[in-house]
Amino acid sequence: MIPKPKEVRSLHERKAGIWPYLLVAPALLIVVAVVFIPVLNAILMSFQSYDLRRPSDIAFIGFNNYIAVFKDTLFWQSVLRTVIWVVFGVGFQFVFGFCLALLLNKNFKGRGLVRSVSLIPWVTPGVLIGLMWRWIYDGSYGVLNDLLMKMHIIEDPIPFLARQGTSFPAVIVTIIWQGIPFFAIMLLAGLQGVPHELYEAADIDGANVFSKFFHITVPCLRNTIYVTTLLRIIWVANSVDVIYNMTGGGPAYATQTLSVYVFNKANALNLGYSSTMSIMLTLILLMVAIPYLKTMFRNQEA
Amino acid sequence: MERRQSVISRILFLFLPLILLLLFILFPFYWTFVTSIKPEMELYGKTVTYWPRNVTFDAYKSLFVDYNFVKPMINSFIVAATTTVVTLTVATLASYAFSRYRFKGRKALMVMFLTNNMFPTVLLLIPLYAIMRKLGILYTPIALVLAYTTFTIPFSVWLLNGYLNDLPMSLEEAALVDGANRPQAFIRIVLPILIPCLVATGVYIFMNAWNEYTFAVMFTNEKSRTIPVSLRNLIGQLGVQWDLLTAGGIITIIPVCVMFFFAQKRLVEGLTAGAVKG
Repeated sequence: MIPKPKEVRSLHERKAGIWPYLLVAPALLIVVAVVFIPVLNAILMSFQSYDLRRPSDIAFIGFNNYIAVFKDTLFWQSVLRTVIWVVFGVGFQFVFGFCLALLLNKNFKGRGLVRSVSLIPWVTPGVLIGLMWRWIYDGSYGVLNDLLMKMHIIEDPIPFLARQGTSFPAVIVTIIWQGIPFFAIMLLAGLQGVPHELYEAADIDGANVFSKFFHITVPCLRNTIYVTTLLRIIWVANSVDVIYNMTGGGPAYATQTLSVYVFNKANALNLGYSSTMSIMLTLILLMVAIPYLKTMFRNQEA
Repeated sequence: MERRQSVISRILFLFLPLILLLLFILFPFYWTFVTSIKPEMELYGKTVTYWPRNVTFDAYKSLFVDYNFVKPMINSFIVAATTTVVTLTVATLASYAFSRYRFKGRKALMVMFLTNNMFPTVLLLIPLYAIMRKLGILYTPIALVLAYTTFTIPFSVWLLNGYLNDLPMSLEEAALVDGANRPQAFIRIVLPILIPCLVATGVYIFMNAWNEYTFAVMFTNEKSRTIPVSLRNLIGQLGVQWDLLTAGGIITIIPVCVMFFFAQKRLVEGLTAGAVKG
């Protein structure tokens, strides 16, 4: 009998057995230990009066923390502030990021260099970003005041971060600055994937720049825009370091988003109460996280 | 005539907006640098100067001599390097499984890794602090390495999975037919091709660990402080010493910028692939 020729079986068709599970196990173990156990822990703590300044009083108190959170006007104010922070922050990151992506998608000398350089904010630590901008905004020696005064837009220096009306817009400008590069590179990658023939066909039909933009570019980028925006919303909502290093949430809570509020409370060692608030934050963010995960799950099928 | 018009439109619709955007993006860095090389007199003088009248590197000197900035740099390096090695190892194993095996629960596991980036930092911060205190590893580098490994695993797995999926499987399959086993095929054939991708992913991990502040500020003490925390701590009770702080900032971003420039092409490709597909 002639021996059957050895068949080249695809890796995917080979029997997997327990190997894949063993390979995933180390990463899984770390993630479970450092994320899922703490999440359960946080849920537990939210039902306790867990204040490290009064360790003898730690006990289960049922829904008391939740009731207190619901009655806390600072909490609701910071929820509202988080919404404003995300809408304006991510909104303008998107607008400017899109502009930058469209510009970088054109041909010009030094494009590669411009692209690399414009990504630097993305690799800069949030602390430094906060501190850099705090210095720019400085009321006595800040460069922004100097520039505005030289242009005769203002007469006297404004202590941007120390004033109720200006501090929140000022930190929002900073988060916009931080997020432009990320949007730009994601959208640029999307733009480079739009087939050229579409634009050529539109040219033949005599379409103008705007109709090409809204009828070709935007529809082709829909998925990129969707995924990037969801991801960005989560990051911006969770961001602590920028605000914390610019204002610490002040003056008079004017820049205290929910994440910063939780961080301040945790720093004050009232862990039970801050756990409760962070669980509320998680629940709010689920509205964004679930669509994101669904999309990624679907893309994985393809 | 038409040529001239196109030059004008190029200036108006390309170079002008580009320059404005770049000014906005780069000015803070310029300002940070200029501040770091100004003498104190000029920094807090009556007029704001846009280039120092007297350039001085005193702030840099003082940072290392008076404030022992080398110590947090070493701490940051230890934490970031260890995190990079640990994450790369476990993420490579996991992504190999995701890319080269088809098994029950594969998709669910992949998405589960992503879920872990959805939890707010502050949610994990509190219980982790309590747990690490109990385990006695709070204020040691291990605490930060553990935390950063976890936060960098999801994206690293996705990045590496994407890179691996782009590599054809036929070479490995041929090696298997020739009698090699899977680990041999992986080490001899896949790994050498994958090295640039591992470098890109490694840079991503290192950057994250090097820059992180929120966990570092709670999980370190005077001895184990990392750079971002030390920067912040330069703000004393007498206010901020901006020359020192900006000098520290420049020192902090130089290593990550250099690494990033080398790895950026692959890193950007990998990061954008997930969002652009589908």
